[in-house]
Amino acid sequence: MSQDQPAAGRAAHVSGQPERAGPAPPARQTLSFRERYVPFIVSFLSVAIVFALIARVVTAAEHWPRIQLQFFNLDAMVEAFPAVLRGFLRNMRVWFVSLFAIAIWALILAMARSLSGPLFAPLKVLAILYIDLLRGVPSLLLVLLFGFGVPALQLRGLPSSNVFWGSVALVMGYSAYAAEVYRSGMEAVHDGQRAAAKALGLSQIQTLRYAIVPQAVRNVLPALLNLAVALQKDVALLSVIGVRDAVREAQIYTARTFNYSSLIAAASLFLLATVPMARLTDYVARKDQERRLQRTV
Amino acid sequence: MTQHSDDSNRAAPIPIRVEIENLTKYYGKTLVLDSVNLQVREHEVICLIGASGSGKSTILRCITRLVPYDHGVIRLDGMNTDGASFGRNGLAKRIGIVFQAFNLFPHINVIDNITLAPCKVHGVQRKDAEAHAEELLALFGMSEFARSYPEQLSGGQQQRVAIVRALATNPEVLLLDEVTAALDPELIGGVLRIIRDLRERGMTMIIVTHEMSFARDVADRVCFLDSGHILEQDKPQKLFSRPEHPRTAQFLQRIIEAGRL
Ligand SMILES: Nc1ncnc2c1ncn2[C@@H]1O[C@H](COP(=O)(O)OP(=O)(O)O)[C@@H](O)[C@H]1O
Ligand SMILES: [Mg+2]
Repeated sequence: MSQDQPAAGRAAHVSGQPERAGPAPPARQTLSFRERYVPFIVSFLSVAIVFALIARVVTAAEHWPRIQLQFFNLDAMVEAFPAVLRGFLRNMRVWFVSLFAIAIWALILAMARSLSGPLFAPLKVLAILYIDLLRGVPSLLLVLLFGFGVPALQLRGLPSSNVFWGSVALVMGYSAYAAEVYRSGMEAVHDGQRAAAKALGLSQIQTLRYAIVPQAVRNVLPALLNLAVALQKDVALLSVIGVRDAVREAQIYTARTFNYSSLIAAASLFLLATVPMARLTDYVARKDQERRLQRTV
Repeated sequence: MTQHSDDSNRAAPIPIRVEIENLTKYYGKTLVLDSVNLQVREHEVICLIGASGSGKSTILRCITRLVPYDHGVIRLDGMNTDGASFGRNGLAKRIGIVFQAFNLFPHINVIDNITLAPCKVHGVQRKDAEAHAEELLALFGMSEFARSYPEQLSGGQQQRVAIVRALATNPEVLLLDEVTAALDPELIGGVLRIIRDLRERGMTMIIVTHEMSFARDVADRVCFLDSGHILEQDKPQKLFSRPEHPRTAQFLQRIIEAGRL
């Protein structure tokens, strides 16, 4: 409803002009105050009203006071907050470091996978095996295997911290995905680029390094950012191997007080991080789309 | 560089630059080149003409070893390009190739496109490579593009940069594969001018082209390729006016009908 209004307004503006085949270009500058703001105000109001109604219905429900006490208890949240926040910062640290490790390790895997020729055959086979195996195993299982399994071996010279091994598990699993993302980006680079590089004398690795990979990374940046958002949540898996992250801290509080508000507090913290990341991803994807459109014009 | 010599002088004493002997190539089970023989002398300009799919690009790709071939020998300055005589880099340095689709690297600017191979493959100092690139750009009136990115240039400008990129290692032979086929008509002239200029400077070239008037103008010899065969080769005046083979005549007739001659 509100969407029709500006269109109608524009139609009135262009009615003096001769007929066009396509839709008239939006004449933004000539929009009046009414045409510009009324649709916005209408949509804002309608959203506010709908949400108010939902809130009304929910809070009027018979069980609401109990739900509020169990999940949205402000006192409990405040009490649990310092520990949950500490855990959450640990989550984000793991996330951040893993991101870099994944970006690099996955790129190496993708490059190894794309090499051809008998000399590189073993590398290629290893990369394919790695990617197939690690993509096929649930992240949770990897975290358990590495987080409990490796420290249990008590190998000398290797770190025994569960944060470390939990992160390794995430990096290994996510790299398999990210490698496939890189690979799709590399395959999307036009064959002529490879021909030109080869004709100039660049070796296979130089061709990847100087010609293919920079273009591929640009192509797949939105897809990689999507993986980063997924990882931002999956870092919580480390709680199962005893890492005192946000979820673990919240659970500890819950176990002590039988109140679930700490979990809601943890969830809110995650949302605080993931929502902006998701918006950023959308923004980058849109820019990328525009860049592609420009190129084809 | 040597001045382009008269036709009458280019008989026996001029050395053979590129020699193709019984070149045979299959793509899978399809025979694409069938015992192709071709000799290109120093400073000579050869135009390869023929219908689409007749194998013109494949010949160029075999010469640069972009694709493997099944039988035959390709020699550069008398040396087999197959063995270790040149190594990979040596051959890439001595033979330049330019493609129909330019294939400039879009993520780096013009200077970096031109200096990439000299710096990374042939170990030229960056400073020297840049100086040489600027010199080449100036020579062809393109100095202003040095810091532009490919997508900021017109197709014709990009193709001219691609030619300069192929020249950056001072190759002995330049291969041009339908370099104007992807260009708008008004942009073709600038590219052809560079090629004429290179001819005047004595560059040895093998040019695949559909621009017959250009071929007539610039070629010392025109080769007509038909289904992987060089059916006939002759001076342009002769081949265009009195083709020996009916298939050549047929091909030229079709080109004339398309308004390209
Ligand atoms: N990569 C390839 N794989 C399979 N067949 C190919 C490939 N490239 C070219 N061909 C075939 O080889 C023949 C010659 O191709 P090409 O040399 O590109 O012809 P031209 O340049 O004269 O148009 C064509 O029939 C084409 O379909
Ligand atoms: Mg071709």
